Amino acid sequence: MSETDAGTLPPPRARHHKGIYDAVVIGGGLVGSAIAFGLRQCAEHIAVLDEGDVAFRASRGNFGLVWVQSKGMGMPAYGHWTMSSKELWPKLAERLQEITGLEVGLEQKGGLHPVLTEQEYESRIEFMNKLLSQPGMVQYDWKMLDRKELQDMVPGIGPEVVGATWTNVDGVANPLKMLRALHTAFDQQKLDYLPLHPVSEIDKINEVFELTTPHGIIRAHKVVLASGLSNQKLGEKVGLSIPVRPQRGQIVVLERTDRILHTPFSTLRQMDEGTWLIGDSQEEAGYADGVVGLPVLATLADRAARTIPALRSVRVVRSWSALRVMSKDGFPIYEQSTTYPGAFVATCHSGVTLAAAHALRIAPMVIEGSLPDDMSVFSTRRFHVQEAA
Amino acid sequence: MIAIHTCELLVVGAGPAGLAAATLAAGLGVDTMLLDEQPSPGGQIYRAITSSPLRANKKILGEDYWSGESLIGPFQASGAKYEPGATVWAISRMTAPELAGGFEVGYSVGGEARMLHAKHVLLATGAQERPFPIPGWTLPGVITAGAAQILLKTAGVVPGDRTVLAGSGPLLYLVAWQYLNAGIKVDALLDTTPAGRLGKALPHVWGFLRSAYLAKGLKLLRAVKANIKVIQHVSAIEALGQDKLEAVRYTANGQQHTLQADQLMLHQGVIPNINLSQAVGVTLRWNDLLMCWEPQVDDWGNTNIDQIGIAGDGAGIAGAWAAEHRGRIAALEAARQLGKIDQARRDSMARPHIDAYARAVRGREFFDTMYQAPDPFRLPTGDTVVCRCEEVTAGQIRETVKLGCPGPNQMKSFLRCGMGPCQGRFCSVTVTELIADERGVSPEEVGHYRLRFPTKPLTLGELASLPQTDASRQAVVRLKKPV
Amino acid sequence: MYKRLPESEQAMTGHAVAVTINGEPVHCRQGDSVAAALLAAGHADCRDTPVKGVARGPFCMMGVCYDCLVTIDGQPNQQGCMIQVRPGMVIERQQGARKVMA
Repeated sequence: MSETDAGTLPPPRARHHKGIYDAVVIGGGLVGSAIAFGLRQCAEHIAVLDEGDVAFRASRGNFGLVWVQSKGMGMPAYGHWTMSSKELWPKLAERLQEITGLEVGLEQKGGLHPVLTEQEYESRIEFMNKLLSQPGMVQYDWKMLDRKELQDMVPGIGPEVVGATWTNVDGVANPLKMLRALHTAFDQQKLDYLPLHPVSEIDKINEVFELTTPHGIIRAHKVVLASGLSNQKLGEKVGLSIPVRPQRGQIVVLERTDRILHTPFSTLRQMDEGTWLIGDSQEEAGYADGVVGLPVLATLADRAARTIPALRSVRVVRSWSALRVMSKDGFPIYEQSTTYPGAFVATCHSGVTLAAAHALRIAPMVIEGSLPDDMSVFSTRRFHVQEAA
Repeated sequence: MIAIHTCELLVVGAGPAGLAAATLAAGLGVDTMLLDEQPSPGGQIYRAITSSPLRANKKILGEDYWSGESLIGPFQASGAKYEPGATVWAISRMTAPELAGGFEVGYSVGGEARMLHAKHVLLATGAQERPFPIPGWTLPGVITAGAAQILLKTAGVVPGDRTVLAGSGPLLYLVAWQYLNAGIKVDALLDTTPAGRLGKALPHVWGFLRSAYLAKGLKLLRAVKANIKVIQHVSAIEALGQDKLEAVRYTANGQQHTLQADQLMLHQGVIPNINLSQAVGVTLRWNDLLMCWEPQVDDWGNTNIDQIGIAGDGAGIAGAWAAEHRGRIAALEAARQLGKIDQARRDSMARPHIDAYARAVRGREFFDTMYQAPDPFRLPTGDTVVCRCEEVTAGQIRETVKLGCPGPNQMKSFLRCGMGPCQGRFCSVTVTELIADERGVSPEEVGHYRLRFPTKPLTLGELASLPQTDASRQAVVRLKKPV
Repeated sequence: MYKRLPESEQAMTGHAVAVTINGEPVHCRQGDSVAAALLAAGHADCRDTPVKGVARGPFCMMGVCYDCLVTIDGQPNQQGCMIQVRPGMVIERQQGARKVMA
């Protein structure tokens, strides 16, 4: 895509609202869009400022899990936060369907985390026990299923699968359908979704935020930074220090087949329309999101083929590589700037799981103008504490 | 564990560019491997030239086709290694530290994955038919004119009664002429070249008059017009039918007509195969005359990716003769980069090929202007299918632009267009142009799909058979999951 | 409907390859692709799509459109235009998304 200079920019999308917005979200991925949707349910004039077509877009590589198990080791509050989102998800899906007529493929019938060796088996049990025995941790039932129990749940489970941890609080949604539903809701509710509006400066003049974009200044009473990896640079402009780094994740997509897997694995799921997603890798590969590494694809494929061997003859139609937005400890960052009150940041790497919390809890907090005390565990102050320790 | 072969130069594609390049490189002592998808050499333009049943009657296909044989003998004698039936689906920089530089190439033969290590890669993957999105173009019974020609060349299979050809460009007339030679009746040729095009192309006619295409082109045109009903200035076409093609409805000079038809062959030019190039990171740019994406290459076929070159129609549409010469030029450059010849030798050896290339492209601008696919056949509306694999329509795409979707990658996320097995080969240019049309900007501004390997499907089992590393296992298995 | 030129018929004499298409025996030429054999035997369509269940047949004959997908010897979603006929090959029209487990 070519660079155009400011003088010859193509005309921007027309705005519904020309004055000062109640709130503007910078970033149109799953985090930004969910928050914007939530904001629009509480206030009238909301805008989303998004980049162009070729941006890092962590959201496009999303596996779509609405997942509770495994979350929160080292921060029990995150376990609670995740569970609260899981519980609010049906409400989000319902609200989206009311407004747009579109469904987002939410299935909350439980989930499995497979283990393929004895070592993994032992390690997993140890991990889950440790996770749930943390003081203040949210509690839920989980069980390590053995092969026999797994065979009942998953047709064609491979002979090498030693077991899997099961909970009934896990689930999935379709992240692409979500994005589409959110954007359709924006349109229906006259929220100003503005692509090709990257923000280069943020100033606060007379209590109003002024965001500089190639198409002029956008003004808002509140601003939410939800632009993933760009949050770091933008945060500096509003007194927020947001340490995030890219972590590559690769997924493999298989062609459509008849629907046989109704219980998702954390690493293998079948979408509502029949395609299969295989994940997930975690690689510290810098900003190389355009490159797909063959050995990682081979390992992903190998484990999936061991999980359900009948998939061996099913074709890989594409692979995907996207950059997760990773904070220092991997937990979300939610914070309001003390030097620029009204400026908030929201970043995480579980955009689908947390979409309901973002829309139905974070957004009202932003409108209210404050994050309650129990949210302070998610602020960046925790990094200073960690450093001091 | 699969066997891994090595070579210095990998050439992908056994059309004129690839054959000429591999022959020349091997002749200079480069350890060369040629991988091609088809069971025998020739690419598409010389498809089945070693195996065609029509060898018994060379007049059917004509001398231009049979002239391609001159590339085969030298290739077979060159010492270059050759694997037919090989589909390349990944080209990636080596990840193992001990193999400095070079590429890991993943490909499949007969449903089995293989790997190759190559220092230098020359992509000669040629061209494909431009999409021709008209209502009903997905009906059984509708194929491309290129497909019709492949049936003829590879199997001597021809259409029966009620056959209509439609579109524009020399290939359409070539197929019509070949059918005439074979005694096949074509009911009509619907020519979509708009009125006034000749006037637009006329400034370039000097090049055309000096080109080799002129004499043979006129002869062919005369023969076709004398024997087939040719309808000029067709401005709309629809393929009608329930579960298969039954009729073709068209508009010419403001009047609508319907022809009963069992076969409809569509053609409006060819566009470069860019999937492998794009996935490997080659920069593409929009060619405004040919209205398609092209990789950016210099005169030696070099791209922005070190040690990856492109030659032939895959670098930009210029025809079979040009492809041969470009292939040789790129091979000389590869030989230089691999240390077999120095720059001075490269330059002197290249001179005759550069001259031949210049002669071969004389007249192209005239053609390209004359036969530019017209707007109604590139910019569909309503229920016309754009993405054949995922069955996404033009109306859906246009509506989604109105929702604020600025480009094809967002569009893919919204509508799944480009997510099917063809990976955008038959929808990419249409999607880019529709978005450009709706937004009122240039296709270059809109951009193209971002692709990743594999560029062609392979089975999960095949992918699982590739070598893994400690790093890849650590990245996936991660016994201690952080969050 | 498609047919064979005399030159193609001649190439088949004595060397015909016997396959079945949807259970019916068909003779084709050694070197024919499955897609060519289908068309020559009168089959313009080879599958119903997984998304909307509409009929499709070969379109490009060069391996880039993925419309000629057909089940060959029990393996679904094979590109007919990229595979050559073999004696005894079982070619079947397919319906919608493939099954994972037969």
